[in-house]
Order: sequence, then structure tokens, then C-alpha cells
Amino acid sequence: MRWRTFIRQPLGVAGAVVLIALGLAAAAAPWIAPFDPNAIDLRAMQQPPGDAHLLGTDDLGRDVLTRMLFAGRISLLLALVVTALSVAIGTFLGALAGFFGGWADRLVSLATDSLLSLPVLGLAMVAGSVLRPNLWTLALVLALVSWPTLSRITRAQMLTLRERTYAEAGRALGLRPQRVLFRHLLPNAVAPLIVAATLLSAQVLLVESALSFLGYGMRPPTPSWGGMLNEAQAFYRQSPWLAVFPGLAITLTVAALNFVGDALRAAMGGRGG
Amino acid sequence: MVHLPKGGPADVYAADPSATPEAIERMKEIWGLDQPLHVQYGRWVTRLVQGDWGRSYVERREAIEVVADRIGPTLRLTGAALLVGLVAGVGLGVLAGVSRSPGVQHAVRVVAVLGMSVPTFWSGAIVLLVFSSYLRWIPAGGVGTIGGDANLLDALWHLAAPALVLGSVYVAQWMRYVQAGLESVADDDYVRTARAKGLNRTRALLRHGLPNVLLPLVTVLGLELPRLLSGAMVTEVVFSWPGIGRLLHGSLVARDYPVVLGTLIVAGMAVLIVNLITDLLYGVLDPRVRYA
Repeated sequence: MRWRTFIRQPLGVAGAVVLIALGLAAAAAPWIAPFDPNAIDLRAMQQPPGDAHLLGTDDLGRDVLTRMLFAGRISLLLALVVTALSVAIGTFLGALAGFFGGWADRLVSLATDSLLSLPVLGLAMVAGSVLRPNLWTLALVLALVSWPTLSRITRAQMLTLRERTYAEAGRALGLRPQRVLFRHLLPNAVAPLIVAATLLSAQVLLVESALSFLGYGMRPPTPSWGGMLNEAQAFYRQSPWLAVFPGLAITLTVAALNFVGDALRAAMGGRGG
Repeated sequence: MVHLPKGGPADVYAADPSATPEAIERMKEIWGLDQPLHVQYGRWVTRLVQGDWGRSYVERREAIEVVADRIGPTLRLTGAALLVGLVAGVGLGVLAGVSRSPGVQHAVRVVAVLGMSVPTFWSGAIVLLVFSSYLRWIPAGGVGTIGGDANLLDALWHLAAPALVLGSVYVAQWMRYVQAGLESVADDDYVRTARAKGLNRTRALLRHGLPNVLLPLVTVLGLELPRLLSGAMVTEVVFSWPGIGRLLHGSLVARDYPVVLGTLIVAGMAVLIVNLITDLLYGVLDPRVRYA
């Protein structure tokens, strides 16, 4: 990792700044939000953006800015948790497959290929409809369809790393294979994995938003950005701000993640993802 | 697994106030919903391999027919989106790849990433809001004017907006891909040879570089299909397009599980078929991988 290369990429730095700002705003939502996210105000329904409500109010008079801040907590937390889970599952299975080969490889590759050949959203829709998810089951569902990209990358890394001389040295010293794999090989695959994980989190956020938009995500009234777009669907025409702001938040976050991913790839010497 | 939720198919039926408890029990018996889950699942798998996908609870006809009716519209939408992506994406990618101005190349990267970051369900909704609700230039959705004559122009008019929205993701992606590809082959031996023969840079790149850049795109196309289908599912819902995705959405809401499973089977089969086709195409397009 060369920090200098990263710093010299204006888009990557801008993305990182945006992400940090969004993360802080979401984390501080209960303290900085001007209203209660679920407080219904029947005297202020569908107010356009203005002085009292910076981004307007929705059909129940709830403050859009406040709900966006709280929705950011859900959306960003989900992206983070799902990516972490996918990295855990993906690197573990991919490392086993690439390092040991044989039936472990066949089994993992079969699962990876089957999952990668199905429309992820369709599977998640079915799971979301069946499970009526809360935050954790939703994260699990999304992780179960997201890990294959990481397992594929880890496997490919292991296939080349296991032939390196230090892997051979480890074996010659009589180290147990687990030790060679997790202590000597995996740390060398971290760079491409970080890049892949960053880009994956952007995809996760998109899938989660689409899922929530279709009504298979978090249950109302808990706001997520996609869920806000879902709830507001009938009011787009009268209150276009309900359609614009949550979508902008999704686009901005996903773009920031993609830019950071690209900059990281450049900083790590063009490897990965 | 799909039959897990408490609100089962019979509960949706029971929501009809005219349904008597006896009628509900009779429906459950006819559909086999009174049996335990593993019995239901075993029966479903047995019939599936015999070519019987079950009957739709909602439409009261074979699930396979219900699903088959929706394949055409989805093919039209995804096909048109791919076309948009290929024409616009490759075109812009070539322009950017041939240009040597760093400004253009930088702009392409920014636009490409932004294009890939916009959720299609949102851009679709905004397009509908602006061009259909306010400006009334395009229809609010569907495949044709209801009650109107089915003609090509009307069909294309309805297809344009969803295809552009779904295709925009691929425009962004392939623009970047083609540009990066051209950049990397610019110094390859065969391009340099072509230039040594006296071709200028642009012609050398287009005549000798571009085919080598476009070739892997065939594989990318096959690998992208699952994501294209995912995108089509949301786009269909937004634009009321009567394809597989909207069918899946509607069937999940109505708990019409034979149809839900049917759409997933069709989606999986489509991916297998397309990957087979791209593998075969590769042999046609690239003499190097032709088998003896």
C-alpha cells in the first residue's frame, strides 16, 4: 500500500472524504437530526424543502432530512456488516479451495459458480419475502449471495501463492498446512482482497437499496434509503423531493465507494478486483 | 423452504370475504397444502423432473405457461438494453480510447463510475417522473398502448425508456472497458507493426487493436447476464413491463410459489444457455480457440 499514490488521486480522496462525512453524519444521527425520524406531523404533510424542513417532509409529515440520516445508519451499517460477512465466508472458503484443491476445491467452486450464475436480486427477493427480515437476517441473506466474488479472487490468489518459494519453505520446515495457509499465504493476498471488498460493498449497497425499494428489505417504519423511495412511490408526482434525495444519497455513496476502490487498486500496484 | 411464511397461499385466498372455511379447506386439499412441507417438496421435485412445474394458484393454469408468456418481453427488454450498451458503450469507449487528451480520458472514468453507481430503479423512476408525468413525452409504462393497435412504432416507443435506463449501466461499464483495452494494446507489437507500415495511430488502433479488445467482451457478456437479469427485474417493476421480474415480484406478493420457482428455474436456464452460446461464439470469432 502506497499512501502517496492514494493521496495523489483526487477522486479517491474525494470519495474517502464523502464516505467519512456520511459515516459520521449517520453515526451522529440521534444527536444532530432536527426531528424525530418517526414523528408524524399532520399539519406539515408533504412540505417542499424550506426553512423548517430542509429537505421537506413526506406524506405523514415526517422530516426527510432526519429520516435520511437515520436511513443512512441502516444502509451503511448493512453494507459494512454484509461486506465483513462476505469477506469472512469468501476468503475462508476460497482459501481452502485454492490451497488444498481436490474435493474441497470442487465443492467450493460448484457453490461459487452456481451462485454467480443466478440473478442475485431474484434470490434475495425470495428470501426477503419468506423471512420478513430484520437487520441481521437481511445482512445474512445479502452476505449469502455476495461472498462468491471474494471466494473466487481468494482462490485464484492461493493458486499462485501456494507455488511461491516461501510457501515451499514453510512446508519444508514441516509447518502444518493450516499454518502455512493462514499465517504465510493469506496475509499476502490482503491487498487485492481489500480492493475487492471495497468494490463489493458498493454492489451490496445497490442490491440492498433495490431490495428495499421493492419492499423486501427492512420493514417500515425503519427507514433505509431504498425503503424511503419505496414508501414515497405514490407521491413522486406531488412531492418530487421524496424521490430525489434518497436516490442521490445512494448514488453518492456507491460512487464514493467505487472511487475509493479504484484509488486503492492503483495504490496497491494495480492488483486485485 | 419457500413455503415457510405463516401467510401461506391459502391465506391470500382466504382474504377473499366470500371464501367459506369449507371452501378454504377444499382448496388446501386440492393444492396439497394440507400435507407437511417435506412431502410437498418431494412431490414438487418429482413432478418437476417429469416436466410438470405445478399450477399457478393465482392464474389457475400451468405455472410453466404463466412463466413462458413473460419470457418474450424480458428478452426484448434485455436485448434492447444490451444493444444500447454495446452501441453507445463501445462507441464512446472508442472515442475516448483514440483521443489522447488526458481531459477526455479523465472525464470518461468519472462518467463511467457515476453511471455504474446510479441505481436503475431510481434513474428509472426519475425518468418516468420527468418525461412521463411532467413532459408527457413517453408512456408511463407497459409494452403497448392499451386498446390501441399493436404496431412496431408503438412497441418501440414503450421500449425506449426502460431499455435506455437498463442499458445505461452497460454503457458506463463498457465505455471504460473499451477505453482501458485500447490504451493497453496501443503499445502491442501488432499495432506498432501496423503503424510502421504507415497507418496513422487512429486507424492502426481501430483496424488492429479494436478486434482484440472486443473479443473478451463476448465472455464478459455471458458473465454479466445474471446481473443483467437482476437489473431487468427492478426495471420491469418500475416500468410495469410484463416480464419475468415483474412476474416474480407479483407472485411473491401473492405467494404463488409454483410460479416463483418457475421464474427462478427459467432465469437459471437462461444463464446456462447464454454461457453455452458465448463459448460457441468464441470459437467462431477467434480462430485461436477453435478445437481441432
